[in-house]
Amino acid sequence: MVSMSKIATGNGHGENSPYFDGWKAYETNPFHPIDRPDGVIQMGLAENQLCFEFIKKWLMEHPEASLCTAEGVNRFKETALFQDYHGMPEFRQAVAKFMGKVRGDRVKFDPDRIVMSGGATGAHEMVAFCLADPGEALLVPTPYYPGFDRDLRWRTGVELVPVICESSHNFQITRTAMEAAYEKAQEANLKVKGLLITNPSNPLGTTMDRETLKSIVKFINEKNIHLIGDEIYAATVFKDPEFVSISEVIQEVECNHDLIHIVYSLSKDMGFPGFRVGIVYSYNDAVVNCARKMSSYGLVSSQTQHLIATMLNDDDFLHNFIMESKEQLFKRHKYFTWSLSQVGIGSLKSNGGLFIWMDLRKLLKEKTFDAEMDLWRVIINEVKLNVSPGSSFHCHEPGWFRVCFANMEDNTMEVALSRIRSFILKNNESIIPRKLCRRSSLKLSLSRSLSRRMDDFMSPAGIMSPHSPLPQSPLVRART
Amino acid sequence: MVAISKIATGNGHGEDSPYFDGWKAYETNPFHPIDRPDGVIQMGLAENQLCFNFIKKWVMEHPEASLCSAEGVNKFKETALFQDYHGMPEFREAVAKFMGKVRGGRVKFDPDRIVMSGGATGAHEMVAFCLADPGEAFLVPSPYYPGFDRDLRWRTGVELVPVVCESSNNFKITRAALEAAYEKAKEANLRVKGLLITNPSNPLGTILDRDTLKGIVKFINEKNIHLIGDEIYAATVFMEPEFVSISEIIEEVECNRDLIHIVYSLSKDMGFPGFRVGIVYSYNDAVVSCARKMSSFGLVSSQTQHLIATMLSDDDFVDSFIVESKEQLFKRHEYFTLSLSQVGIGSLKSNAGLFIWMDLRKLLKEKTFDAEMDLWRVIINEVKLNVSPGSSFHCDEPGWFRVCFANMDENTMEVALLRITTFMHKHNEAMAPRKLCRRASLKLSLSRRRDDFMSQNMMSPHSPIPQSPLVRART
Repeated sequence: MVSMSKIATGNGHGENSPYFDGWKAYETNPFHPIDRPDGVIQMGLAENQLCFEFIKKWLMEHPEASLCTAEGVNRFKETALFQDYHGMPEFRQAVAKFMGKVRGDRVKFDPDRIVMSGGATGAHEMVAFCLADPGEALLVPTPYYPGFDRDLRWRTGVELVPVICESSHNFQITRTAMEAAYEKAQEANLKVKGLLITNPSNPLGTTMDRETLKSIVKFINEKNIHLIGDEIYAATVFKDPEFVSISEVIQEVECNHDLIHIVYSLSKDMGFPGFRVGIVYSYNDAVVNCARKMSSYGLVSSQTQHLIATMLNDDDFLHNFIMESKEQLFKRHKYFTWSLSQVGIGSLKSNGGLFIWMDLRKLLKEKTFDAEMDLWRVIINEVKLNVSPGSSFHCHEPGWFRVCFANMEDNTMEVALSRIRSFILKNNESIIPRKLCRRSSLKLSLSRSLSRRMDDFMSPAGIMSPHSPLPQSPLVRART
Repeated sequence: MVAISKIATGNGHGEDSPYFDGWKAYETNPFHPIDRPDGVIQMGLAENQLCFNFIKKWVMEHPEASLCSAEGVNKFKETALFQDYHGMPEFREAVAKFMGKVRGGRVKFDPDRIVMSGGATGAHEMVAFCLADPGEAFLVPSPYYPGFDRDLRWRTGVELVPVVCESSNNFKITRAALEAAYEKAKEANLRVKGLLITNPSNPLGTILDRDTLKGIVKFINEKNIHLIGDEIYAATVFMEPEFVSISEIIEEVECNRDLIHIVYSLSKDMGFPGFRVGIVYSYNDAVVSCARKMSSFGLVSSQTQHLIATMLSDDDFVDSFIVESKEQLFKRHEYFTLSLSQVGIGSLKSNAGLFIWMDLRKLLKEKTFDAEMDLWRVIINEVKLNVSPGSSFHCDEPGWFRVCFANMDENTMEVALLRITTFMHKHNEAMAPRKLCRRASLKLSLSRRRDDFMSQNMMSPHSPIPQSPLVRART
């Protein structure tokens, strides 16, 4: 019998969970418009697939962004050799500029505070290693991204204490909730080292208002604990209210900047999860210094640094991309939520992210998480959609589901909506709001109104992108 | 006062060391043939710069290797979205094939055992996290790569116990040394979880012979501890004896394969440290499974996976590259060591790596590490070469220095040799061994040899960018 580490033999990787059923269902029978039209449609992966045509056009016009073209190959050697953990200056400058522009140039980011990491996954682990000792804790508002359980805890030994947010408040983070979580940690003898917020929120798709942010900053200053702002969805805010970043709020209220750190990545805003571009931005010099040394474990490939530097240093591209992306997300979000509302399905009002927080509480047999899991299995096995149940996000209340809408083309979206529509009509006549027509004309009017609306929402280019049949379990991905 | 972690405030990052003097000297005054001809020449960085023209030629002939060319852009989207921690199948297949070819086709590697990591730096940390708990230990033969102190210990809490190897037997890893280290760990109440060997060796540039390897495999099986073989320099073996890998030995002797793991990377063999292509290859299914999950913290960029997959799937390229690389390294090594011997400087007889283990014991004022540091400062400040003192590699005996030879163009090599020659003349005039020629004919004999070894002119401007080894993920 060969001995490995406790970390290796334990469950900290987070993959021994019931949510695998959904993924297995998808992986054994993934939807394909031609090969497997009855397969499971993936709506559990928060990917941004709406802007690739735009990006590819830029690539074709800028061969110098590649190290392998005639225009770029003269930089192949110096780039292949470049392993300096400071990162390429032009890469840091480009990322800093992008981050500033995404915030409407209301703040400037210092390229020298930009530290690389192995995606946001690596960034979160790195920040935990820098700020907390094993056994210490971070507060995290619920519902939150399931990957945090692994990223912040697995190899670090750090604990997470949830800050419970409730649907009655639209899941807003209240002072009361933060105090309660802080107390709970103290009772459990856990020293709280920081608070981690995700803004825009995953899974809610909402942005935090200025008052909430100020209150959070006030709270962490009073407790003298760190604030980590995961702003990975910053550029996905597609409508008002405008995104307000931690970086802006700390200019407006009194705050010890040594407590402030931002985690960022290009995985969601640009749709580049494969490129592993994770960023830690800290206002604390000691943390920047330490994180930079730790970044050796997950530097961004210099080949990718070069591509990103070239791309994001192009001001026109930056400006147009941000606008195009918002527009595509806005259209897709609007069409999706409107179509759902037509069959009586509501969701939390949202203005950002790549998903909606769908409210299926009234479809639960009873107000329990078991009932939520039952409903989930029905959605997977009968409706053939892989969505993410709220309990996987540590939601306090059963019946909520995160449903991704930006990771598929229009045709697939139509199929998904049609399946949802059929399911609702078959099973839940009673939930259809009275103001809709009688059943027989319902389908007609729905399909008429849906197809009419579809033209309204149809983006100009019909995005032609074959849906990939590759198995893509969220837990084999670095991030969902 | 804001509290951060103990890991952050401690010294585990390894950068508070006296060796920074050398790097500072280089960074403030780096050599450049035109701009700074009197600057410090970097000979402390184990980089392989000898094959870039060969590689660039292939790159130009294969636009499909890039996601940004007309030929490759149709794969841009699927690649940019690909974050599966299994890694691209074509990437794993290509790497497995390359690893097999580097071992002369004597072993086959299973693509499904290939796990990605953030360079070899990330690979080593990942293996430590998989195999050992905080407070447990690995044995590591000295002299060893200084980065291990950080990679294996810093965030993991794992300890390292040196297996002391001595110059008297050419730094061989003996059974006695292994046992002594194991005992020492026990006395310190440290539970030994594994033994980490680097083969070919950094800093020695030598390979382990078959008997030594068998002895090592026997030892770890008896103690039921893991064996981690860092084979990052596998393709840099430029002359006999032929490289023997752990992967070959375990087919020849009885061994519990669950104890066997290989760390690899393309940073040295191909000269791509910037691309962060780290690999963990384990014969233990549970370790593969765990490492794969951990690889999320340091996956290889899918853009790079695509490039490498295309490159290493080209059999002709791989076969030719391996041959070309060996040839360039052989020539450079032979020329360098011969030139050094001409001025009375010896080094450990080596057949691999990107450096030599230079023997400057006779130049020490006294047999102490202080004297070694004094000599080192002289080499940096007077000879203007940044080399790495043996103490930074935990060498048991003062006077040895690692000197890299593959990270510069020929002209820079000439300048370096000239400086060494000049320095030795000054020194030898005081020491004057009888068998060296008189000074005047020495220069003549050196220039004749240079023509013999002159390979095609490699036009590569030496980069003036400051490159401290400790800012690099790996030296």
